[in-house]
Amino acid sequence: MSASYLEATARERILAVLDAGSFKELLPPAQRVVSPHLGQLDAPVSFDDGVIIGEGLLDGQAVMAAAQEGGFMGGAVGEVHGAKLVGLLRRAVVKQAAGVILLLETGGVRLHEANAGLIAVSEVMRAVLETRAAGIPVIVLVGGANGCFGGMGIVARCANTVIMSEEGRLAMSGPEVIETANGVEEFDSRDRALVWRTTGGKHRYLIGDCQQLVSDDTAAFRAAAIAALAQVSAPQLTLAALEAEQEMLRRRIATFGLADDPMDIWAELGVPRPDSVPMLEADAFTAMAQAHRITSPA
Amino acid sequence: METLTFRFEHGQRRLKAAPELVGVVSSGNLEVLIENAALDGACAIEVKTAARGFGAIWEAVMRDFQQRWQLADARISINDMGATPAVVSLRLDQAVEAMVEEGQ
Amino acid sequence: MTATPTPGQVDWRALAQTLFPQGHQITESEHFLSGTAQVDGHTVTVVGTTGHTPIGIEIALAQATAILDTVRNHPGRAIVILVDTQGQRLRHRDEMLGINSYMAHLGKCVELARRQGHRVIGLVYDQALSGGFITSGLIADACYALPDATIRVMGLPAMARITKVPEERLTELAKSNPVFAPGPENYLRMGGVAEIWSGDLGQAMRQALATGDNADVRAALGRARGGRQWAQRVIDAVAHDAPLNG
Repeated sequence: MSASYLEATARERILAVLDAGSFKELLPPAQRVVSPHLGQLDAPVSFDDGVIIGEGLLDGQAVMAAAQEGGFMGGAVGEVHGAKLVGLLRRAVVKQAAGVILLLETGGVRLHEANAGLIAVSEVMRAVLETRAAGIPVIVLVGGANGCFGGMGIVARCANTVIMSEEGRLAMSGPEVIETANGVEEFDSRDRALVWRTTGGKHRYLIGDCQQLVSDDTAAFRAAAIAALAQVSAPQLTLAALEAEQEMLRRRIATFGLADDPMDIWAELGVPRPDSVPMLEADAFTAMAQAHRITSPA
Repeated sequence: METLTFRFEHGQRRLKAAPELVGVVSSGNLEVLIENAALDGACAIEVKTAARGFGAIWEAVMRDFQQRWQLADARISINDMGATPAVVSLRLDQAVEAMVEEGQ
Repeated sequence: MTATPTPGQVDWRALAQTLFPQGHQITESEHFLSGTAQVDGHTVTVVGTTGHTPIGIEIALAQATAILDTVRNHPGRAIVILVDTQGQRLRHRDEMLGINSYMAHLGKCVELARRQGHRVIGLVYDQALSGGFITSGLIADACYALPDATIRVMGLPAMARITKVPEERLTELAKSNPVFAPGPENYLRMGGVAEIWSGDLGQAMRQALATGDNADVRAALGRARGGRQWAQRVIDAVAHDAPLNG
C-alpha cells in the first residue's frame, strides 16, 4: 500500500512503518503529559508534546519506536518531548528490544524551552549511545517536510543507520539561520535546489552520511527499516569503527574541502551527469550511486 | 490562549472504551482528544485556543456538533491553533467516527 | 601563531595556570587548544577552544582526533574539555560537508573514551552556545562552569525571528526565567551543569577528575534541584512504567 511519508502525520507514519496492529503507545495523549513551559509564552500545547512513542513489532521483531510530529512546533524538542525519547531508549535496554526505530522530523532544540530543550537534546544523544552500548541497534528515518536539524541532526548521526528519502533533509543549521548570520551570498535559503543539493537525502547518501535512500513512500521506509535492523550485527561503538570514520571525515575535507557546490562533489565522485541527479527516481539513483558513493557503516 | 468549556446534557450515543486522538496542533489546525467519562450522560468539551475572542463561533460549532451526534458520557479536549470552523467540525466528526467504528 | 585575548574574553593561559597548578603543556593554534596537563601527579589530555571561536568541521575533527589519540595511546587517561565558543560555524560549506556528522563523530569519540574507562569532563570557562558544545562539554561525564560563564541556546535576535516571540519579551524572560536566562546557575538548577567552580580551581579540577560516576544523571539532578520537574518523571514512567505522580 503506497502512501506519501512526507504528507503523513507522525501517527500515520509510525503505524505504517510497524507491523499492522502491533503498536502500543506509551504515555498516550489521554495522559496529557504536556509541556510545562509553553504556557508562559502563551503558546498552545499538544497532548503528546509532539512525539509519539511506543512498542511494536517490525517484521515480527519487538522494537521500540518513536515518531516526531513536524507540525507541532516544527517537531522541536522540549523537556517532556526529550524525556519521552530518553525513556524510550532506556526502556529498550530494560526490555532487551531488538531495536529502536526513530522517525525524526525536527528543527532540533525547541527554542520556546531554550535551556531545558538543549539539555533534553543532549540527554537524547547520550541515551542513543547508551542504548547502542547495550547491544541494541538504533535506526533513524528522515523524510518529513521539516527535515532533521539542529542537535537532532547530530543525534541522527549517532545512530547505527540513517534512512532518508530524497525529500528528507539532514543537517545542523538551517539555511535561514546561515543566511541571517552571514548573508544571502553565503547561503540563499530560498534557492530550494541548492538547499536540497546541500542537505537532502541524495547528497547525504553520496557522501556517506546516509545508508539507504528510498522513495517518498511509507512502505519503502518500512522495508528499509526492516532491512536495516537485519543488517546491524554489532551496534556498539568500537575504536576501529571510529578510527575508520575519522579517516573518512579527514579524507572528506581533503578531497572535497574546496568544493563550491555539492554538484562539484558529485562530479568529483565520478557520478555521470551530476546535473541529472535530482531527476532520478530513488531506485535508479541508488543503482547509479553504488559505483561512486562513499560508504560508511555509521 | 483562551479556554472555553461547553456541556450538553442527556446524550444518546455511547462511545467505545479506548480514547482516540485526531489532528495536529499546527497552524490552522487542532487536535481533538475524545474519551469516555462518567458524566451522567453528558458531553463535556474543553477548548484551549490560540485565537482569542471567537467564543460565539465556537459555541455555534459545538451546538451543531451536539445536534449531529448527541454523545453521552463523552469528554472532548481540544488544543487549537487557529483552525477555521470548517476544520474544527471536520476534526470533531473524525474524532467521533474513530470512536464509533467498533461494534456500533 | 597565538592571539592575545581581547578585553571581555577570558585569558586561557591565565586560567590554565589556576586549573593546573602542577603544570600544563597546552598550546593554542588558531583558537584550538590541545595538549596535556598534570593533575594529582597524573597526566591528563586537554582539548578545547578559545576566543569565542565558532566550531566548524576542522575544529570538531581536531578535538575528536585528540580524544581518539588518547584512547588509543593512553589507557585510562582523563580528558578535560575547555569550552569557549560562539556556537557552530554558520557556513554553507560546513553544512555541505556534513558538520552534523563531524559533531556526532566527536560525541561518539567522547562516548568511546567514557566506555573505555577515561574520565571526561567539560568546563565552560567563558561562552558556550548550544551547537558549539553539545558534543563536547555537554556529552562529557559532567559539565562544569565558571561563575561568569555564559551558556545559551541562541542569540536573542535569532531566537525572536524563529519563534516569532518579540525580542523584547525574550529579553524580559532572559533576565530572570531559568528556562531562558543564560547564566550557569540556571543550567546548574536544571542539572545540565554539575557544579559551578569558584575559589581554588586547581582543587575543583582535582575533585572533578577523582569522581567516578559516569552515568547520565542530569535529569535526576534537575528534579532534585527543582529546575526540571518533569524530565526524570517522564523518563521513569516510560522506561520503568513508574507512576507519573510518584
